[in-house]
Amino acid sequence: MSLAISHLARRFGATEVLRGIELEVPQGELIALLGPSGSGKTTLLRIIAGLDWPDAGRLSFDGTDWLAKSAAERRIGFVFQHYALFPHMTMRDNIAFGLTVLPRAERPGKTQIAAVVDGLLQFLQIGGLADRYPAELSGGQRQRVALGRAMATQPRVLLLDEPFGALDAQVRRDLRRWLRGVHDSAGTTTIFVTHDQEEAFELADRVVVMNGGIIEQIGHPDQIYDHPATPFVARFLGLTVELPVTMHTGRACAAGLDLTGLPRRAIADGAATLFLRPADIRPVPEATAPFHVTEIASTGALLRIVAQDAAGCRIESEVPRRDGRDLAVGQAVSLRAAAGQIFPTGAPIGAVPAETPYTLKEARP
Amino acid sequence: MMAMAVASGGGRQRRVLPGFGLTMGLTLTYVGIVVLLPVIALALKGAEIGPVRFWDIVTAPRTLAALRLTVTAAALATVFNAFYGLLMAWILVRYRFPGRRLLDAMMDIPFALPTAVAGLALTALFSENGWYGQVLAPAGISVVYTIWGVAVAMSFTSIPFVVRTVQPILEDLDTSQEEAARTLGATPFQVFSKVIFPAILPSFLVGATIAFARSLGEFGAVIFIAGNLPMKTEIASLLAVIRLEEYDYNGAAAIALTLVAIAMALLVLSNWLQSRLTRRRVPA
Ligand SMILES: Nc1ncnc2c1ncn2[C@@H]1O[C@H](COP(=O)(O)OP(=O)(O)OP(=O)(O)O)[C@@H](O)[C@H]1O
Ligand SMILES: [Mg+2]
Repeated sequence: MSLAISHLARRFGATEVLRGIELEVPQGELIALLGPSGSGKTTLLRIIAGLDWPDAGRLSFDGTDWLAKSAAERRIGFVFQHYALFPHMTMRDNIAFGLTVLPRAERPGKTQIAAVVDGLLQFLQIGGLADRYPAELSGGQRQRVALGRAMATQPRVLLLDEPFGALDAQVRRDLRRWLRGVHDSAGTTTIFVTHDQEEAFELADRVVVMNGGIIEQIGHPDQIYDHPATPFVARFLGLTVELPVTMHTGRACAAGLDLTGLPRRAIADGAATLFLRPADIRPVPEATAPFHVTEIASTGALLRIVAQDAAGCRIESEVPRRDGRDLAVGQAVSLRAAAGQIFPTGAPIGAVPAETPYTLKEARP
Repeated sequence: MMAMAVASGGGRQRRVLPGFGLTMGLTLTYVGIVVLLPVIALALKGAEIGPVRFWDIVTAPRTLAALRLTVTAAALATVFNAFYGLLMAWILVRYRFPGRRLLDAMMDIPFALPTAVAGLALTALFSENGWYGQVLAPAGISVVYTIWGVAVAMSFTSIPFVVRTVQPILEDLDTSQEEAARTLGATPFQVFSKVIFPAILPSFLVGATIAFARSLGEFGAVIFIAGNLPMKTEIASLLAVIRLEEYDYNGAAAIALTLVAIAMALLVLSNWLQSRLTRRRVPA
């Protein structure tokens, strides 16, 4: 039982919003669609839900063609970004909606529906609010009801569009854990959209990074975090320092940089670009080095240190306050990289939708 | 001011817009002079008549017949307008087709057209050799000089009330609610009856009530097509005019007052219904 998407394309007028999406989601998996605004996440989710149709491509679930089915026939649950609760119904009636619209032959009796709803209300921890209307609830409570409404019909696939987007940080964190629990205990296949990386990495079994209507990378959160497959993913995940380097027998070299901490790469000799996170760069005092510290600013726990060479190349790094005590403005430093990603210069950007194999010994629970 | 400040727990509430006193004063003055005073004058006039005499006038056979005709025809017109007006609003909001804006503009013609002109045109169309009359007469349906004619004229002049009250609500309706209903398995009919209709019901009720109230008082369009036979096709407001021409001021006032009372009772009922329906829906 899995969801299979291939060659999916969708355009609105002249804009190609999805350009050949390939994705397979096994049953029971929790997937995050991550990407910048306008990358097509919502469009993809709506197509899976049956609220929109692609111009080309295939979408099937468990072997059956879903493009031939209406939204109502697909038996999915969809949670909208702004909840879309029915304002004229109580919480109880909102949650019961999917059961009350079933054809008479399949519809459970009144008492059965009430029992299901009561169970969900308890499970959602909003038992006391059953007879309130949506206007009388907080954002977090509405979100729970929206989820309860989507779950009441026991959907095989649960789709959520930025489910926690409108909530404050604390509530988000709570609901995030709670959603993971809901997913695990209900055994549904879940796809959620977010542009919050932390959310995607904390919650998902696999993360799908989208950009400009294509999938840039699919993989386990750690894998994507440590080994971004394309320059776009690297930049998107905070590898904001970009440096020209020269490859030589799999090793990168650049003047004033200590890159011996990076593993060897199967990249042809020649020009390449190194992507680094500021936190993975450590300035080390060295009298003959070409870089000089030009700025030291404190953000509290971290020191933000800017180093510059004679050619004017600025490199920003972040070090824990304690480790930066022996640095001073004007001091000559070399820069040591602890981790980073290298791409051959001039490689077509974003051309490879790459499934990154995940080979950590300990898989997540 | 002091008392208010104390009562509200200290501190004047800050006003967002200045000039509340002036604008409110102007509004109240206007409402007083243009709306309230005439109604009060009418009520006083009615009180002068005395309850017994009032009852006699209103229950006189000719008055009763006129009131019955007026209310029945207005009800017919309103039922028709409720359905048709809802349909019109739906089509104007939900579909894109050539000529939509023209159709939208045409909805206001009954508002803009002098009612007498409308009455004359309708009479010409429905008379036995008119365009519609030619078709209807062989089928044994006569409109002109019957209650149907009265209802047709009333519905013509009051349909924009339904369309124009429902249309903006339909436009603002959050389509994600409908999509949510669809993903939950609702059929198109269930989406309409369980999600869309409840959302527009309050404004729909108001539109229909105003259309009904307007139909009760419709005069210009009706008198041309009705034939105005006493006891048969004579509407209440025409009877009031006739009484006035006979210098029977009491008779005119009693009839007018009865019409006002019916209309008011309906407006109150519909407002009450609307507030009941929307009480707990207002967003926090
Ligand atoms: N109905 C539509 N008509 C025209 N263009 C559309 C429509 N829906 C989406 N688009 C366009 O498609 C692109 C992708 O939209 P989409 O909503 O899928 O992005 P997203 O990844 O969900 O972004 P966000 O994170 O901001 O929600 C956008 O450029 C948007 O303008
Ligand atoms: Mg979106």
